Amino acid sequence: MKIHEYQGKEILRKFGVPTPRGMACFSVEEAVDAAKQLGGSVWVVKAQIHAGGRGKGGGVKLAKSLHEVKQHASKILGMQLITHQTGPEGQKVRRLLVEEGADIKQELYVGMVLDRVTQRIVLMASSEGGMDIEEVAANTPHKIHKVLVDPEAGLVDREAEDLSRKIGVADSALQQSTVLLQALYRCYWESDASLAEINPLILTGQNQVLALDAKLNFDDNALFRHPEIAALRDLDEEDPLEIEASKHELSYISLDGNIGCMVNGAGLAMATMDTIKLFGGSPANFLDVGGGATAERVTAAFKIMLSNPKLKAILVNIFGGIMKCDTIASGVVAAAREVKLSVPLVVRMKGTNEDLGKKILRDSGLPIISADNMAQAAQRVVAAVKKKKVKKKPVKKKTKSRKK
Amino acid sequence: MSILVNKNSRVMTQGITGNTGQFHTRASREYANGRACYVAGVNPKRAGESFEGIPIFASVRDAKSQTGASVSVIYVPPAGAAGAIWEAVEADLDLVICITEGIPVRDMIELRDRMKKGKRRTLLLGPNCPGVITPDELKIGIMPGHIHRKGRVGVVSRSGTLTYEAVGQLTELGIGQSTAVGIGGDPVNGLKHLDVLRLFNEDPDTDAVIMIGEIGGSDEEAAAQWVKKNMKKPLAGFIAGVTAPPGKRMGHAGAIISGGKGTAQEKLEVMAACGIKVTRNPAEMGRTLKSILR
Repeated sequence: MKIHEYQGKEILRKFGVPTPRGMACFSVEEAVDAAKQLGGSVWVVKAQIHAGGRGKGGGVKLAKSLHEVKQHASKILGMQLITHQTGPEGQKVRRLLVEEGADIKQELYVGMVLDRVTQRIVLMASSEGGMDIEEVAANTPHKIHKVLVDPEAGLVDREAEDLSRKIGVADSALQQSTVLLQALYRCYWESDASLAEINPLILTGQNQVLALDAKLNFDDNALFRHPEIAALRDLDEEDPLEIEASKHELSYISLDGNIGCMVNGAGLAMATMDTIKLFGGSPANFLDVGGGATAERVTAAFKIMLSNPKLKAILVNIFGGIMKCDTIASGVVAAAREVKLSVPLVVRMKGTNEDLGKKILRDSGLPIISADNMAQAAQRVVAAVKKKKVKKKPVKKKTKSRKK
Repeated sequence: MSILVNKNSRVMTQGITGNTGQFHTRASREYANGRACYVAGVNPKRAGESFEGIPIFASVRDAKSQTGASVSVIYVPPAGAAGAIWEAVEADLDLVICITEGIPVRDMIELRDRMKKGKRRTLLLGPNCPGVITPDELKIGIMPGHIHRKGRVGVVSRSGTLTYEAVGQLTELGIGQSTAVGIGGDPVNGLKHLDVLRLFNEDPDTDAVIMIGEIGGSDEEAAAQWVKKNMKKPLAGFIAGVTAPPGKRMGHAGAIISGGKGTAQEKLEVMAACGIKVTRNPAEMGRTLKSILR
């Protein structure tokens, strides 16, 4: 799960990571009030969306007067902020963070993720703060320093201090930096984070170490231990179709194509998408119906796929194991009837009670196209999409070919 | 022979009193030698009771000492699953198979750390995996038994239904399997592709292996490098997720392309460069394997 920067900073502060003072705002008036309350003469107005790259997209502005705070807040609130992570349509800005300006002397980078090979949390730090860390990793990998943290001991003094030294923290700020890194690690570990990134971590003119940005993601599987974090979920930042899908325990992800796919199992779902692509089509979504798909769930899945205006056809690929093919066939038929399916539907079923399932589809009287294997299913659904386009050609031609 | 499990294995179910545990213990018991192999269940509150004739013990240690079971399958819900695995590890079982999906990563990191530091000999398969089956001998897990056929091809995969797909294709071509192993879709797990390949390499009854992976992590690449140097048997491979966009988790917690790493394309290239016969068409997994049989 992702959260906003201002929420991330609140959590960081609880663990003792210093950040600039700031306030979350939902309106221009609140933004101006916040600047007044914070005091000082320089403020930063920051768009709060879950995607990164906000600065480059025009979502982070420096204000040198209350008037400028008002100007920037009016401009940013409500804008469609486009960054490299939002896609071309951008993300609407509904929240702002107004912060006191900081006197930046040095910009550093600190990040934490799971290292799958060693099965430990890896702390990564670099002197190249404020930049895209993937670029730093690609161009100057020697500037990224890593510590694999022992889960039993946690991040120890020596490791945190060494790392701070390596990224260029001055001796006078070493103590602070060490404490900050340890607090950040404790925050990651104790709140079951899956990503923590502070870019930039800064040293101020007064030699203070501050987290100027905060990106925290959390392990969905551990949210049951952290109701206070789960409560921070912002549905405005998520794809409405993905939210709807999660209500029905469906795992759904929107993609760019026009062929909807409903599959049981994540690996098979990905493989099905790959097959569609291989035969010249383009998948509209990833959708795993899971192990216990009922007629209700299949219907929900169909509705979700059909609410995508780009959808031209649906491919259902089921390998029946525990889930029986006849159950899924009944579900598909009921769903197709309920939603009055208007796009071609190709179904491929394999496994337990396969014949029974196929019979149910045949006897339904619905124009369901059946397929025996994945390749055939993909070919047929791709052909169905192409045929639909051909339909626009003169009617005569079509009747002719039918008579043949 | 086979790897990991066979008709002589003796198995206990941890989580035998829950719906899932009961359903799958029943189904597994009905497969081949299941009746003789499933000898115990574990639930600290239900010791002394039984499930359809299978005695329930208070602890893994009790179940082991009283029945001789040395393999455990776990259906315990996510919050308690890592604890259940550790109990089996502490009881020094040979193999623990954890089916449970949704275990917090932190729990798995702690568990794996304790297993490594304690130099525990217990092998862990999973979590979030379909289990392991040696056709016509023993099925441990949630896979449909009837699609398998006894034979000499090893199967190792990260996902469930995609494994069944591969097995189904092999069986249809008349190619049987020595053992089919699902290592699971979580980012922190026990046996990896490489570990399973090592076992297949040593198994006199396995002639060739099909390895199925997916986006995320670098296990497949590591396995491929190992294969290049050590594998004596031909290998076929497929990676799911060529069409998966970066930054999106494709169902499995471990299936995510992050920081430009873990793409299907990259994995397929490394595998091919290491002498593995790869296909980009999942409908061709069976035929690809057939083409390399010596």
